[in-house]
Amino acid sequence: MGKNVLVIEDEPNIIEAISFILSRDGWTVATHSNGHDAVGVVTAALPDVVILDVMLPGKNGYDILRELREAELTKGIPVLMLTAKGQVKDREMAARAGASRFMTKPFSNAEVLDAVRELVVGEQQAQ
Amino acid sequence: MPQSGLAGSRIRERRLVAKVRQAELAERVGISASYLNLIEHNRRRIGGKLLNDIAKALDVEPSLLSEGAEAALLATLREAAADAEGASPEVARSDEFAGRFPGFAALIAEQHQRLRSLEHTAATLTDRLTHDPHLATSVHEMLTMVTAIRSTAGILAETKEIEPEWRNRFHRNLNEDSQRLAEGAEQLVSYLDDAGDARAGMTLPLEEVEAMLQAHDFQFDALGEASFETLQAFVANQPLLTTEAARDMALGVVRQLRADARDLPMEMLARHLKDGMVEPTWLVSETGASLSAVLRRLAAVSDALLERPLGLVMADASGTLMLRKPVEGFAIPRFSGACPKWPLFQALSRPMQALRQRLTMAGREARDFDCYAVSEPVGQIQVNVAPLYHAYMLIVPLDVKDDTGAPVGSSCRVCPLELCDGRREPSLLAARS
Repeated sequence: MGKNVLVIEDEPNIIEAISFILSRDGWTVATHSNGHDAVGVVTAALPDVVILDVMLPGKNGYDILRELREAELTKGIPVLMLTAKGQVKDREMAARAGASRFMTKPFSNAEVLDAVRELVVGEQQAQ
Repeated sequence: MPQSGLAGSRIRERRLVAKVRQAELAERVGISASYLNLIEHNRRRIGGKLLNDIAKALDVEPSLLSEGAEAALLATLREAAADAEGASPEVARSDEFAGRFPGFAALIAEQHQRLRSLEHTAATLTDRLTHDPHLATSVHEMLTMVTAIRSTAGILAETKEIEPEWRNRFHRNLNEDSQRLAEGAEQLVSYLDDAGDARAGMTLPLEEVEAMLQAHDFQFDALGEASFETLQAFVANQPLLTTEAARDMALGVVRQLRADARDLPMEMLARHLKDGMVEPTWLVSETGASLSAVLRRLAAVSDALLERPLGLVMADASGTLMLRKPVEGFAIPRFSGACPKWPLFQALSRPMQALRQRLTMAGREARDFDCYAVSEPVGQIQVNVAPLYHAYMLIVPLDVKDDTGAPVGSSCRVCPLELCDGRREPSLLAARS
């Protein structure tokens, strides 16, 4: 596919696993591990898809996503949110913040891969 | 005398017949909707004035809500029928069924109540998982470890050709993560063992008092100049207080909050807080009230007057937390000792001195708070007797976060801060290698 994905997650071994899976599938993967400057990193990279963890040091994923959705440059980027909290209210919070997809930990590699592929296809169809 | 818990079922039944919303009925009789919900589900006993008020609001005779076992049995059978999934009980023939087979009817009613009780226990445990920072954080950590292990193991199992360098790296990651998971699980089990039976935790006197205060939104202004005996009767009539210890504790708190309300009327505080600024020391200079009274009162009225309510925590001279009004993002431990770096505890070593400190509550979703603390003597001053002190800390959530807040935690077990001189025990958040 040759598309770019940015993984924002603070657990290094999860970053490593996701990066490996996506790289093998032909994606160019960049990673970032804190919430402080995540918005700036997304704005600078403008990836095709963002994988965003909710619980991040510095700033949580919901706040980051809300800022991305408010900015002209980043408001249309598909975002897959990852969280260990799978309750209905967490899904609702993610939806309100503007998440394109929501995935509860633990997830399988195939689920992540399918979700990222679908997000890009969906984005292409929308354009 | 309080009536059977099944009075709640009859109230619910009558309310639904009258097509009155729960919130509407609660407002009419001066209680919160959540408290009425507990009554209707027979989780709180009801009697006396409140039962009469509800009967009046529903335009029924009080005896219809409190009459004998037969009516209660029928109400429970109808409730069980309403909850039934996949079955179609003959609700219209409930009376006939109960009359012909009283034993089976009683058995169904008993099992329905048992089911409700178990559902309540499950809901309480879920609530504890959500609000207990120990459990929530450590479960989150463990899920993160499981995710890392699952992804890594999946790669090793599913990737046919994998470079030796990557394979070695993933084997090492698996080893690290499984070790952290094992340590986290061990510590979580130890914590749960220490925490004891969930039901016992629900009935701690302090928790009952806090539940009662929350049911009244910390507001006791209406008690005005009521006599001590009236206050005693008021406390004795609180269904959330089930033990003598809880009622004793609650009486002291209610007396204090009522006195605070006299010194600092709601209208005056509404003017002070109209622009959202919280200035406790200004209120002290304007009113002559003690700083501890101002801190308590601000926390009590904040739910009604501020967009973001304020929190409050109180400790005695031993550091034991005596009162908690939680605020989002500032976890106040339920069972174990709090962070010794809170100004609440600094205030105990500097009596009568007003302290103000900006804090950053450590964690993945770190937030900043402006905290005011003071300790003041309790009881009468006596010659040659050292006074005892109670410390209070008002917790003001801040919208912005910068790097000027002093880093603090909730309690050592869930605190991620490293190299802390105040640490009493290792964190449940296993050290990252």
